[in-house]
Amino acid sequence: MDFSQIIPSMPGLVDGMLMTLKLLALSVVGGVALGTVLALLRLSSNPLLSGFAKAYVNYFRSIPLLLVITWFYLAVPMLLNWITGTFVSVGAFTSCLVAFMMFEAAYYCEIVRAGIQSISKGQENAAYALGMNYGQAMRLIILPQAFRKMMPLLLQQSIILFQDTSLVYAVGLMDFLNAARSKGDIVGLPHEFLIFAGAVYFVISFGASLSVKRLQKRFAV
Amino acid sequence: MIRFNNVHKWFKDLHVLNGINLQVQQGEVVVVCGPSGSGKSTLIRTVNQLESINEGEIWVDGKNVADPKTNLNALRAEVGFVFQHFNLYPHLSVLDNITLSPMKVKGMDRAAADKLAVTLLERVGLAHKKDAFPAMLSGGQQQRVAIARGLAMEPRVMLFDEPTSALDPEMIGEVLKVMKDLAESGMTMMVVTHEMGFAREVADRVVFVDHGQIIEEAHPEHFFTNPQHDRAKQFLRQLLTPMN
Repeated sequence: MDFSQIIPSMPGLVDGMLMTLKLLALSVVGGVALGTVLALLRLSSNPLLSGFAKAYVNYFRSIPLLLVITWFYLAVPMLLNWITGTFVSVGAFTSCLVAFMMFEAAYYCEIVRAGIQSISKGQENAAYALGMNYGQAMRLIILPQAFRKMMPLLLQQSIILFQDTSLVYAVGLMDFLNAARSKGDIVGLPHEFLIFAGAVYFVISFGASLSVKRLQKRFAV
Repeated sequence: MIRFNNVHKWFKDLHVLNGINLQVQQGEVVVVCGPSGSGKSTLIRTVNQLESINEGEIWVDGKNVADPKTNLNALRAEVGFVFQHFNLYPHLSVLDNITLSPMKVKGMDRAAADKLAVTLLERVGLAHKKDAFPAMLSGGQQQRVAIARGLAMEPRVMLFDEPTSALDPEMIGEVLKVMKDLAESGMTMMVVTHEMGFAREVADRVVFVDHGQIIEEAHPEHFFTNPQHDRAKQFLRQLLTPMN
């Protein structure tokens, strides 16, 4: 075992980690936004809208993430090409980002839905009684309270996503795991680099998970 | 100001409102009472359409609330509603609870809304609590803030749905006092309550509801001393001597 080659490879590994974190941050923001819209649709009294949201959630929760990533990488450019008639280059990063957003939205939707349902009906009634419309009641009264309640769950789901971003390996995006793997191959020490990568994932995920638990205790009333 | 015309409502098979006819004049205080499950809460919630109706008409300030063309948000902005469980927004300060709707619904600017809120808080005796959060207040204080919040929309009529039922006994008085002051200022009020002292002292009329019907409608003095209907007599007897 020779871990001495890791230090000189640091710049490449840091670049990989930055790619991982950038992908994670944008996926979480996009996924939570889309998930919130889906949750509102799912709770809608219109059977068409709620049916659509339900089908979306069930579909994306029933297929592997790796499939979604490769599908967006290979099929979506083809589809765009077919619609627009010209060749559109989407790129690995964008296609992965869209895949993560759409896939994670299904999970975030269920968290947000439970969060909204945990807010008492009286809050909605009070907002309406004071002249607010649906959008105002949701934006100003219900969602701020719901997000506060579900923050630990959203963070836990995001930690899982942090680990899952490594699947971009399949389409050749240079994230942290892929950077560690290729650096290890170059210097001829693949095992050491993978062990190091594993340790980094563990420290970040476990540390974040502990912080979330502490946060949960502080928020619990 | 408010007029019910033969209003019916069903919850599945349960006929909760069965042909309600009632008028509330401008400046009048009407107390609605009746046994648990009689439909009195449903009745008051239909006025601002927190509950829809199946048949009949309810006119508020010249607008038919059951008409799909009526702008409910605009109507509700003119009708204050005070809930049994206060329903203050727990994530906002007392001041923000009061200023939110004037700013977002009526487009009032922050300075004017703050000034209005402080004036109203003084009126309910809680100006010193403007930066507190609801969870830091007693039930009685929360309900007084809720009344101030309703008044901030400068409503034409105020509805109260059992405003003191969730309060500890020693806090009921402070809320009733605020409501009495409000009545004396000329506000049109419809109040669902079991506080018979309040009804006797403040109400212009008492309406007794049972099984979704208005059974008796009388001046409080007549209602309390000489109720006409057996069920009203029995209800009053139970309120006054609950053990017998």
